[in-house]
Parts: sequence; structure tokens; C-alpha cells
Amino acid sequence: MSKLNTSSSELDLDRPNIEDYLPSGSIQEPHGTLRLRDLLDISPTLTEAAGAIVDDSFTRCFKSNPPEPWNWNIYLFPLWCLGVVVRYGLLFPLRVLVLTIGWIIFLSCYFPVHFLLKGHDKLRKKLERGLVELICSFFVASWTGVVKYHGPRPSIRPKQIFVANHTSMIDFVVLEQMTAFAVIMQKHPGWVGLLQSTILESLGCIWFNRSESKDREIVARKLREHVHGADNNPLLVFPEGTCVNNHYTVMFKKGAFELGCTVCPIAIKYNKIFVDAFWNSRKQSFTTHLLQLMTSWAVVCDVWYLEPQNLKPGETPIEFAERVRDIISVRAGLKKVPWDGYLKYSRPSPKHRERKQQSFAESVLRRLEER
Amino acid sequence: MGNSSSMLTQYDIEEVQEHCSNTFSQQEIVSLYQRFCQLDRNGCGFISAEEFMTVPEFAVNPLSQRLFRMVDGLNFKEFVLFLSAFSSRASLQQKVEFIFKVYDSDGNGKVTFNEMLDILRDLTGQFISEQQREKVLTQVLEEAGYTKDSLLVQADFMKLLSYSSETILDVVNTVPVLDILILGNSVLKMEVEVPVD
Repeated sequence: MSKLNTSSSELDLDRPNIEDYLPSGSIQEPHGTLRLRDLLDISPTLTEAAGAIVDDSFTRCFKSNPPEPWNWNIYLFPLWCLGVVVRYGLLFPLRVLVLTIGWIIFLSCYFPVHFLLKGHDKLRKKLERGLVELICSFFVASWTGVVKYHGPRPSIRPKQIFVANHTSMIDFVVLEQMTAFAVIMQKHPGWVGLLQSTILESLGCIWFNRSESKDREIVARKLREHVHGADNNPLLVFPEGTCVNNHYTVMFKKGAFELGCTVCPIAIKYNKIFVDAFWNSRKQSFTTHLLQLMTSWAVVCDVWYLEPQNLKPGETPIEFAERVRDIISVRAGLKKVPWDGYLKYSRPSPKHRERKQQSFAESVLRRLEER
Repeated sequence: MGNSSSMLTQYDIEEVQEHCSNTFSQQEIVSLYQRFCQLDRNGCGFISAEEFMTVPEFAVNPLSQRLFRMVDGLNFKEFVLFLSAFSSRASLQQKVEFIFKVYDSDGNGKVTFNEMLDILRDLTGQFISEQQREKVLTQVLEEAGYTKDSLLVQADFMKLLSYSSETILDVVNTVPVLDILILGNSVLKMEVEVPVD
């Protein structure tokens, strides 16, 4: 099924054959001798273009669907107002307090541990892990996170990598609460970046830069080094590369799947009952997103730790990535779409258009020969 | 996009519906408006090139540049009119008129050999040489009774893209019955479904 592309320097050769996914049922295989009518009839191509204008599966992945308003009548509206008062006036200050206490405890323990135990690495790392898990628990408590974990907890073993679907940066916090993972993340500006360069650095996190194409090779090397190291923290990767709205999954980047180690899938599904946890980075900053979470009733989600997978004999990394994406999507009830998440930031490669042109050209030439 | 339909009043919907000659239902117009607002991210009232090209399915289409030129800077009313050719309620003539407009890039009502060659180039890219393209086009034009210098008008397109009753009768008299069933598939299919929530 998939046409194999082994060149590694191109960002967009990362995926199997999109033509197999795109709707082309309306285009019949033309047969018979070529007539003027056949060249003039561009209706299939026009229909595809108009179909994309009217609705397309890529934009759907990043649409945040606002919840149905339920406070529409005279009884429910005062109740809702009361709810707003409780959420903003009572819960929010309480949560900020909890978070502040958490930070005070964390910082007052972390820095002494980090500097005083410089010589005793094993003990220091263990304490740092515990402290990071602690601060993440405080974070989760600050949005009244109700997280249900299913499946065996991750263990610290070499040659394994964890992959999960991505909805928001809080995915990281939710998972980190249970296990101190090392993550591979986009370096962010602002206070998040500050956190990243101080605390997360000590966990062994790896940074990447989406906009640099050569970055991929550097990151791939760092990934390999980390995974093969014996007492590095287990590595967590979000192969989608971007936040998706928790109803769909976009294609997984193959980087995590060609390291020659076991891949442990994790599926995360948020319940939108109180708040939509999707971080639409085009619409709101992370701070706004966090504030929205902290002024809602609760963040409810399920985390499934799924069975570890290995590359099957004869399977390519891309097929392996798709197989794992399938496992995660089925478990979390998400639909799969054949697009690369990075198309949020860049245009698709001309190769897809060329493939369409090639198939049309070949059919014209073939019918010409049938005369 | 939850509050966008409240910005579209009943008057607006009816005005748009009249403008596109009732090819879309009122619900479809509301859906199209939500889609228009979703694509028009900076809210300036029309969809720019950048915004269209963020739809990957559109960007990979070989005719996307041409279509984009036709829909550039259109406000919502004109946008719906543009898409009306793809409605299931559109007549064959509206569809043929749309195809003709795509070919007739200078808008003078006549399609030249070069204009047809331009579209063929968009559709085939580098996979056929320029000479071969010209040869193919000239050959099929001559077989259909035109020459390289012929200027096609909309009526010619109408004749070529539909099976008129005369040609069907001709065929019925000369062709075995089973072959007539194959002809049924040759009606112009150009329809898009507007998702209605």
C-alpha cells in the first residue's frame, strides 16, 4: 500500500500514500478513445477543489467546538450565575493558593537538592523525579483534575519510548504526575520557556525547533542517545507534532518509531463535560488556556497505558507508526485523518499535486495509444 | 463558530438565497457562512490566498490557482454564488457555464486554443511535453470538427459536455442495447454536499 521513501532530509516524505485516503470515488477510470469532450471535462478536479472549499478533514482537526449552552431558561440561568460566582470567586482563589503552596514547596526543595547533592547523582535524580511528580500533582489539583489511569504504570527500563496523542500542553502534566518522563518539546517563549530551561532540563528533556529542517537529524540523534542510556528517565514523545482537538489524530511522525526500541502507546481522552481541554494555540495563549481550566469545575480525562509494541519483521517505520496510531485512536475513540500536523504551519509539498498530474497525464497518453 | 449564525439575519439569508437563484437551502447557506467565517481567519470579509492555501486538500489540487483567481476577494454573497454551480439543484447549463468560465481566463466569452492548452498544462504538469500536449489537443479538436484557430463559445461547450437528444437517437439506431447502458454514465457530475449540522 505505501510507497516507500527512504530519503530522510525532507520533512514531508514522512508519510504513506495519501491518495489511498483521499476521496476519489467519484473519479471513474476513463476508457475508450480520447475525445475533445474528455479533455474539456474538468469536472472531477473542480469537484474535488470545491469539496475542499466547503469542508475539509484537516481544518476539522483543529476546530474547537463550543459546548451547547444549557443556561437558556429562567431557572437555569440564575443557577449558572451562581456557578460562575462559585467558580471565579471561591474555587479560583483556592486553586491559585494551592498552586502557590505547591510552587513554594517545590522550589524550596528542588534547589537545595539540585545544588547540594551534586555529587550523589542517583539520589539527586530520584529526589528530583519525585519533586517533579509532586509539582505536577499540584498543577492537576489546581484545575481539579479527575484523571483515571488504566493499565500498568510505566516502568523505568532502557530501550523503550512512550508515545501519546496530543491535545494540549497539559497532557504532559497529566502524564508527568504519574511518572517523571523526559519529554521532547518545542521550545516556547515566556514563562513556559523559563520552566523548560531550568527544571525540565534536569529531567533530560530534548528541545526541537519546528521551523528548521536540519533540526530533524539533530533531534533524531539526541533521541537515540537518550533511549539507549541506562538510567535516563523514560522518554515521552507526542508524534503528532502539534495539538489536535481530541476528536481526531493526525499522522504520526516516524522519528520515534525508527529507533529500534519498544514503543509503549498511551491514549489520552478528555471528557468535555465541564471544559474543553483542547489548546487551540492559534486562538489563545497558554496562560489564557490555563486560566480557562482553572475557572472551570473540573478537567476530566482518561489515560490508558497500552501494550508495548515492537517493529514487526518486514514492517517499515511509517507502517509501524500508523499501526500504533491506529491502536491509540481506537482506544481513545478518535478518528484518523491522513494529514501531517505541520501543515498547520506550512503548505503541502508539490509532490501531491504532481502525483495527480502524473496520473491524469498517463491516462491521456494511454487512451491516445488505444487508437 | 457558535455565534456566527446570529450575525446572519433571516433577511441576509434570503438575500443570499435569491442571489444564487435558490440553488442552496437556507440551512446550507448558514453552514456555508460558518465555513466562510472559519476560513476568513482575520475577519476582513473575504478569504485571501493565504487563508485558502491553509486547506491542504485545496492546495494540492492542480486547478487551485485558477479557482483561487476566480474566488479571490469575494464577499460571502458572491462566494455562495460561486459555489452554486456545485449544488445538486444546479442545472446542467449552470455547471457548463462554470466550466466555461474556468477556461475563459480573459473573460471575453471565447475560449482559444491557448486557453485550452493552459488548462491541460495545469492538469498534466511536467508529465507530458509541450509539443505532445499541442499535438493531442489539435488532434482531438480536429476530430470534433474544429480547427486549431477555432474559438469555442459556451454553446460549443454545452454541446460537447452533454449528450443532446439528437446524438442519443443517432446512437440508439446504430448501437446494440447493452452499449447504451454505458452511455448513461457520461452525464456531467459536478456536485458537492454542504455539511449541515
